[in-house]
Amino acid sequence: MVKEYLTISHIAGPLILVEETSGITYGEIAEIELATKEVRRGKVLEVTGDKALVQLFEGTTGLNVYQARVRFLGKGIELGVSTDLLGRIFDGLGRPIDGGPKIIPEKRIDINGNPINPTARDYPTEFIQTGISAIDGMNTLVRGQKLPIFSGAGLPHPQIAAQIARQARVLGKEEKFAVIFAAMGITFEEANYFITDFRRTGAIERAVLFVNLADDPAIERIATPRMALTCAEYLAFEKDMHVLVILTDMTNYANALREISAARKEVPGRRGYPGYMYTDLSTIYERAGRIKGKAGSITQIPILTMPEDDKTHPIPDLTGYITEGQIILSRPLHRKGVYPPIDVLPSLSRLKEKGVGKDKTREDHGDVTNQLFACYARGKEAKELAIILGEAALTELDKLYAKFSDKFEEEFLAQGEEENRSIEETLDLGWKLLTIIPTSDLKRIRDEYIKKYLKQSNQ
Amino acid sequence: MERVTTSPTKARIIKVSGPLVVAEGMEKARMYDMVRVGRMGLIGEIIEIKEDKASIQVYEETSGLGPGEPVETTMAPLSVELGPGLMSGIYDGIQRPLDIIRDKTGSYITRGITLPAVNRRKKWDFVPLVKKGDKVRAGDILGTVQETPLVIHKVLVPTGIEGEIRVIKKGKFTVTQTIAKVKTVSGLKEIRMLQKWPVRMERMVQKKLPPETPLVTGQRVIDTFFPVAKGGTACIPGPFGSGKTVILHCIAAWADAQIIVYIGCGERGNEMTDVLLEFPKLKDPKTGRPLIERTIMIANTSNMPVAAREASIYTGITIAEYYRDMGYNVAVMADSTSRWAEALREISGRLEEMPGEEGYPAYLGTRIAEFYERAGRVICQGTKNREGTLTVMGAVSPPGGDLSDPVVQATLRTVKVFWALEDRLAYMRHFPAINWLNSYSLYLDNIEGYLGKEIASDWMKLRNIAMAILQEEDSLQEIVRLVGREALSSREQLVLETSKSIREDYLMQDAFHEIDVYAPLAKQYRMLRVILELHRSSKHALEKEVPLEKLLTLKVKERIDRMKYIEKKNMKEFDSIEKELKREIESLVERKE
Ligand SMILES: Nc1ncnc2c1ncn2[C@@H]1O[C@H](COP(=O)(O)OP(=O)(O)OP(=O)(O)O)[C@@H](O)[C@H]1O
Ligand SMILES: [Mg+2]
Repeated sequence: MVKEYLTISHIAGPLILVEETSGITYGEIAEIELATKEVRRGKVLEVTGDKALVQLFEGTTGLNVYQARVRFLGKGIELGVSTDLLGRIFDGLGRPIDGGPKIIPEKRIDINGNPINPTARDYPTEFIQTGISAIDGMNTLVRGQKLPIFSGAGLPHPQIAAQIARQARVLGKEEKFAVIFAAMGITFEEANYFITDFRRTGAIERAVLFVNLADDPAIERIATPRMALTCAEYLAFEKDMHVLVILTDMTNYANALREISAARKEVPGRRGYPGYMYTDLSTIYERAGRIKGKAGSITQIPILTMPEDDKTHPIPDLTGYITEGQIILSRPLHRKGVYPPIDVLPSLSRLKEKGVGKDKTREDHGDVTNQLFACYARGKEAKELAIILGEAALTELDKLYAKFSDKFEEEFLAQGEEENRSIEETLDLGWKLLTIIPTSDLKRIRDEYIKKYLKQSNQ
Repeated sequence: MERVTTSPTKARIIKVSGPLVVAEGMEKARMYDMVRVGRMGLIGEIIEIKEDKASIQVYEETSGLGPGEPVETTMAPLSVELGPGLMSGIYDGIQRPLDIIRDKTGSYITRGITLPAVNRRKKWDFVPLVKKGDKVRAGDILGTVQETPLVIHKVLVPTGIEGEIRVIKKGKFTVTQTIAKVKTVSGLKEIRMLQKWPVRMERMVQKKLPPETPLVTGQRVIDTFFPVAKGGTACIPGPFGSGKTVILHCIAAWADAQIIVYIGCGERGNEMTDVLLEFPKLKDPKTGRPLIERTIMIANTSNMPVAAREASIYTGITIAEYYRDMGYNVAVMADSTSRWAEALREISGRLEEMPGEEGYPAYLGTRIAEFYERAGRVICQGTKNREGTLTVMGAVSPPGGDLSDPVVQATLRTVKVFWALEDRLAYMRHFPAINWLNSYSLYLDNIEGYLGKEIASDWMKLRNIAMAILQEEDSLQEIVRLVGREALSSREQLVLETSKSIREDYLMQDAFHEIDVYAPLAKQYRMLRVILELHRSSKHALEKEVPLEKLLTLKVKERIDRMKYIEKKNMKEFDSIEKELKREIESLVERKE
């Protein structure tokens, strides 16, 4: 028999304090039954003597100190897993919302997971072709990487994420794969965009969706990405699937974290976010990767909107410190009508070095990327100079670079939402643009590649 | 870490808050003693005592722990095990062997595991260096063991022991077998290869000396412009993605230290995996042996328990001191000290201590200073006056890359070398993204003598000329931005040309290029000499009225562009470049005359 407590003494924000308890453990899950018979779930954040501090995932609205009953379940919050999860849609706490049948789980797993032993990891090296030149060519994604999209309000990150989910594949392989989608506090419209897109392309068959919308309880968002990643770990490391996890929007997640911290009256860190946010985020992002001896993998694409487009805001900042690079979207590019508006210069894929080159993409890939970066950076500089001093102040060479950077944005970065470029097409396009620059200036590319590839694209 | 003694079990948990547990009935508790917490026997350390209540930071995940569960104290401080078998190992923040944990429990780290850090079963071939009747004291070498093909492990007389050798053995022993007996004033002491040392206590030395040789890292911007000395301290702050880890990895791989201790402190799992997979493949330039044979790793990644992250830098540096005491040049890198400071902050917050700047505890600065103070060039303990060095380098990860961050500021007050990473350089793919105007090294005077003797008498002169050119470039750029390049004189334009060459052909160094990744000092010197020779003779040619355009398009420039890729065995290539350079410019000047 589970004991019931009618001893709530204090409610503040999403937190309740339950007194005269015994045998409560840190982190265990609680059920709170309201007078209306509604049952909410919570998690023990702190136990002191006979007092337990509980965070309610569904919030405390409508809760009454005298009527609510609290039961502690003696275990952490869990997700029941089975391959039947594929094709299904759940709420942020893992309850089906698609009207489908109840899941009969193969087993139940604590959603907090355990850290992967660093000696058990296998280094990600397999190139994932997303069909997007700005990513494949410049900031290559590899299997097992965690590569976030830093976006801003109103920028087309849903389109990009959906395009990646549709097009991502590993060259020359047919393997079991799955897409896991976790929505945290996004609008119905945005969530619906993904669901419709998954349905349209049939991707829904091998997708699992966990959806917490903007008007769903905020604190539930703390659990949502962990639900998704628990499901991902099960599919990847027990069912040998290659799993792509899309988490959107991590900004809403972080705000929920801040809300709890404020309710606990913790000493706030930068902009009110708790000092442990780095560690907390890492327990999400570090759940990507490959494990030795296992066929599957988890690739993570978290999406976050930067408040005021500020990259130094704690949410993008701490994310960038944990993830293996970042894809940054640019409002000026978006205004110019460039889709996808990926600002390649501050974007970065830290794992690309091991994922590109001979036998992976193409031998010239690394050099071409470096050269395109250099030319684009110089071209943008030249254009800035021209704004201050006038076009006339540019040298002939600088004018070529300026032209290059325009073309690079128009032809290389820009592409259709349905356009799926092969890596060869992406690289050849790069070579074509490099013909704008005098060959003697292409210092970052080995002569042998210049001979082999530059000529070809001239024809 | 075996259970030593345990107090009567009336000590009970009364509070659990994340990694912090409070227990009552802890009258026996001593500050910084290790304890076993709860029925799972989780490992913790006492960090505050109030009457019979002790606050304990727990090194493992605490979920499932609750009030009423027992707490046992071990009556011993958090210590590391020292002895042969550490080398090539990978440990978590409290020195649990991660590779063995994986063999036992699989791919994920679970809780309540205790395993000895040093293998108890392996037998080592002990070769004595003392004989019966010898007088020894702490720090003297009793004998050696070939720990890996790269490292000879010296077995030292432990601290606190002094006397006469009564028994000294030879042959194969495990670390827990007696290899010597020493008659001391307080009786006959048995000595084993396995020793322990509390991590929060600096290991003793006879004396500290000022550093005087550089730690050669093979990174041009560091060795030439902002060198760190053997026994020195350096920090490398920078925003995310600016190249801290890549530089520390390069230094771990190529620096001319004999022992490397790499502390991954609250960073990515894959970065540790990278070292684990790469270092067995990379070869020590001198011996051709795999670099992993001189490397020890401490890996407490960001998602591993935060209290163990706090301990990890002490675990690492204590092991490093132990090898220094054998007379080695040891280098420690900690990536990232900011994550360690955050762990400190989190625990402090839960202790409800008065927060200082940005919520960090008031003692942050002291702790940082104490850590870096453990670096140094020292005369080790013992009668032989052995010299050893311990160099410490720490990455710092300030929020938003903002250097006013308290961790950066406290670090800068302590360390002598500042490698300032800049995201602007990283975006331009100028790597290493170390800003040459803001960085500094306070060891230039210490090591000038050494470099003058070992490399070239004009080393420091060339360095200073190059630095002056880079500084002039900065002010010239200002003018260009305002009024355009035409406003500059030919000489000034030449300065821009040379500084560009210094930046691109010298400072930029590709960590992923098999040759460029490491530049020996001799090569650095020749490269810099070529660039500055070109500058000097071009300036001369300008005076002889050779037009600037001619000088900007010299054929030899193509060879200068590619100097980076010259292999060590082709050093005469530099003679030929210098010759061609002279010839080309002379002919321009002659045509003019
Ligand atoms: N010397 C170098 N040569 C070539 N590329 C480099 C070099 N240094 C850094 N990079 C590039 O920059 C990326 C980021 O570097 P690194 O991981 O060292 O950053 P970091 O400062 O440690 O970031 P974080 O604080 O997030 O850990 C690398 O993955 C690599 O692509
Ligand atoms: Mg790093």
